[in-house]
Amino acid sequence: MIRSFKKRIGALVTVGPTMLWLGLFLMIPLVYVIGMSFLTKNAYGGVDFKFTLSNYSALFSKEYVKVFADSLWLSLETTIICLIVGYPFAYIIANAPKKWKPALVLLLMLPFWTNSLIRTYGWNTLLRTEGIINHFLQGIGLIDKPLNMLYTDGAVLLGMVYALLPFTVLPLHTSIEKLDKSLLEASSDLGASRVHTFIRVILPLTMPGIFAGSIQTFIPSLGFFFISDMMGGAKTMYIGNLIKNQFLSARNWPLGAVLSIVLIVITLVLMKLYTRVGSLEDMA
Amino acid sequence: MNKTQGNDVIVRISDVDKSFDGERVVKKLNLDVERGEFLTMLGPSGCGKTTTLRMIAGFEVPTSGQIFLEGEDVDDKKPYERNVNTVFQNYALFPHMNVFDNIAFGLVEKKVKKDEIRRRVEEMIRLVQLDGMEKRMPAQMSGGQKQRVAIARALVNRPKVLLLDEPLGALDLKLRKQMQGELKALQRRLGITFIYVTHDQEEALTMSDRIAVMNRGRLEQVGTPEQVYNHPETKFVADFIGESNIIEGYVENMTEDSIEVTMESGKAVIPETGYRMEEMVYLCIRPENLKISTEEKEGFRFRGQVREHIFIGSTNKTMIEMPNGQMLKSVTPAEDELIPTGTTVNVYWNPGKAVVMRTKEEQIYNVIEQSVEIEGMRNDQIF
Amino acid sequence: MEKRRKIREFKPGSVFYACLVYLFLYLPIFVVIAFSFNTSEMNITFQGFTFEWYGRMFENRQLMQSFVNTIIVAASSTVLSVIIGTLCALGLYKFEFKLKNMISSSLYIPIVIPELVFAIALLIFFSSIHVSMSMITLIIAHVTFSMPFVVITVRARLAGFDKSIEEAARDLGANEIRTFFRVTLPMISPGVISGGMLALTMSLDDVVVSFFTAGPESQTLPLKILGMVRKGVSPDVNALSTLMILGTVVILLTATVIQGKLEKKM
Repeated sequence: MIRSFKKRIGALVTVGPTMLWLGLFLMIPLVYVIGMSFLTKNAYGGVDFKFTLSNYSALFSKEYVKVFADSLWLSLETTIICLIVGYPFAYIIANAPKKWKPALVLLLMLPFWTNSLIRTYGWNTLLRTEGIINHFLQGIGLIDKPLNMLYTDGAVLLGMVYALLPFTVLPLHTSIEKLDKSLLEASSDLGASRVHTFIRVILPLTMPGIFAGSIQTFIPSLGFFFISDMMGGAKTMYIGNLIKNQFLSARNWPLGAVLSIVLIVITLVLMKLYTRVGSLEDMA
Repeated sequence: MNKTQGNDVIVRISDVDKSFDGERVVKKLNLDVERGEFLTMLGPSGCGKTTTLRMIAGFEVPTSGQIFLEGEDVDDKKPYERNVNTVFQNYALFPHMNVFDNIAFGLVEKKVKKDEIRRRVEEMIRLVQLDGMEKRMPAQMSGGQKQRVAIARALVNRPKVLLLDEPLGALDLKLRKQMQGELKALQRRLGITFIYVTHDQEEALTMSDRIAVMNRGRLEQVGTPEQVYNHPETKFVADFIGESNIIEGYVENMTEDSIEVTMESGKAVIPETGYRMEEMVYLCIRPENLKISTEEKEGFRFRGQVREHIFIGSTNKTMIEMPNGQMLKSVTPAEDELIPTGTTVNVYWNPGKAVVMRTKEEQIYNVIEQSVEIEGMRNDQIF
Repeated sequence: MEKRRKIREFKPGSVFYACLVYLFLYLPIFVVIAFSFNTSEMNITFQGFTFEWYGRMFENRQLMQSFVNTIIVAASSTVLSVIIGTLCALGLYKFEFKLKNMISSSLYIPIVIPELVFAIALLIFFSSIHVSMSMITLIIAHVTFSMPFVVITVRARLAGFDKSIEEAARDLGANEIRTFFRVTLPMISPGVISGGMLALTMSLDDVVVSFFTAGPESQTLPLKILGMVRKGVSPDVNALSTLMILGTVVILLTATVIQGKLEKKM
């Protein structure tokens, strides 16, 4: 009796703080979001405690549907480009000579250790109309008028790919590294060409990494409002910026809450799909 | 203090029961361990021997019953308050400490003076022949070396009792044999009581002063290796320790100094007394005691057919099939002449070489439950 | 044979491709660093080498304040999440209790959920209970998203942990507390360090959550830069960013080396 009581105290003291913390600062706030989504916005930028579903019905207006479509498309493009660029890169690092590997992996980690906004701001400097690239191209006489690169959809895509590429490469690298090299030898021994070995052996075996990498690219990309802020013009509105605006300039918190719930739903659907093929442990 | 009788009993296990989640793993265990002896707890995996050891060490608490160390009930004593030390199955060396610090761990906890720690640790290092390895980390050592560190780490505390939980299980056969000898010599030299847990019957027979055979949470028999091997008290012991021919039968006739046992495949007269008519018994004959001959033997009407000869180095093993289908084993020196397979032979043994065991109700119950398990054990341990 | 394989797997094409990707990853970082030494105030061409901005940045009070804030938030949220998270990992390892599975999977919620949603949720929560945004709310937010990573990292370390090693310590006379400090903690220390590194990295890298949970007095350096970007950034920002990049790299490199050494030893 006393021993089981002691164990319970032990569990409470160790796991309790985390649970309390997550309950108080994650679960309850999320409940607040749901609650907020049913409230009515008042004229002064605050909310009235009046139940309404109008925030939800607003989602189906043309302009918001377009925002969702544009955002999902941007995230999809980002994810695909990251995979196409990142897979060969991860493969090269994973198969690099032993001597070089620790350095190469470290070089991959370093950008992680640098604030993504500061790094994106570096791109901003490079791409400006009066920026380094234009200056350079003009200097060598390749162009006479500066190119309009910054504040375009292309720049946003570049910024997204740039900020999220490491998130794609790391899980890919892990899963390629785990690949048993003797399987590749077996495959070529059984007569598969290198292309066939890749398609029939390497690709299926590294699928967990591909899925984990995609998820870790796609989900954050939906919320990275600061990249479109720094790199994009006002032409295209993305969901992240839309949500941000509801809380800052537009002061329509209930709508912002509803939009957040849309993000949660998208995430849940993706996670549901993901857990069919991979495990949560691969994500961390 | 609750002094128990018998001066040289150092560990007394009294009516100890242990259950995990309602499953009884140790059942009404009573066992006295004498000071200075090498006692081995032997049994198949899951028989409760490790749990018993862990209760002595203090890692588990008996569900009921008591354990006495030097006459003192230690029920409420934590492992670190007991003057016993353990050598763990997988060494359990502290991976972040070198050999010296590993061995010194217990002395540091006891706040022994620094120079005395140094002296005692160095003495232990010499004793287990690890000279010059003080600064090595466990990760840089072989299994045998790690085992020596684990033993030194326990012994340096001068425990009253040293508990060893299958300490040689992870070593290869040759090293294992060598360590068996070293451990036994060490125990003799230091005079410390060893309680040694193993599932390896050969190891138990070579090293122990006494063997406690456990099965399904119960103590089957306690005795010297000679007693346990030659006079098994239960079918389980007979079967688990060494190889045995175990034949079921009942007492059909009795004279003043012998009984006649009828088995499915024949009859035999055995010079034993004290049995009832019609009583069910088991006969246990070691293969080296089971003989075959083409001639009739007095007192035996027990015939089978030679099926197979297996050459095992210095001996031959002959398999004889009895009419009821039971296979009996007979081991003979390699130079003896073999009876050709297919020959019908008389099976016999010399007087006194068959152990007769009563089939107590409890024993029968055990036997039924065990048969499956023993079959499994045989393949990986005995052969 | 070995030589042939090496050539096959690391041929010039691969080297070139890898260099290209690394260049892509590092180019903007180099730009920030290079321009912190530029004499020109415009971030266009490199005109001359100077340390001027490294002196000037100290005069920019607001900028310095945001830098100090960044460090305070990163340090305190790392320490807090390491302590709470390690404790939790130990509890999950040591004790069996109801809801254990539910609790371990709930740790993945903050990892999976988009940062923006989490940020919004905290914003709504804090303003509903009339807590104004400050350093405290910022630290709370950072602990919340980094702590689960600490738990998971330390747990992974504990999973490969032989329980009998702790028993050995108790057997040799160490009580529970001594066992924890002499055996358990040193053994999980590589995991604790990796967890701490993750927490630190995430706190320093965060923009989205800080954006909503920082008060006007508790702006971090990235937030400050975000506010300046459209108007053009002064070179002292480059200098400070360079300092932050170098500082982080030095700290994390040191931690990696220590962690690697600890792990290798065991």
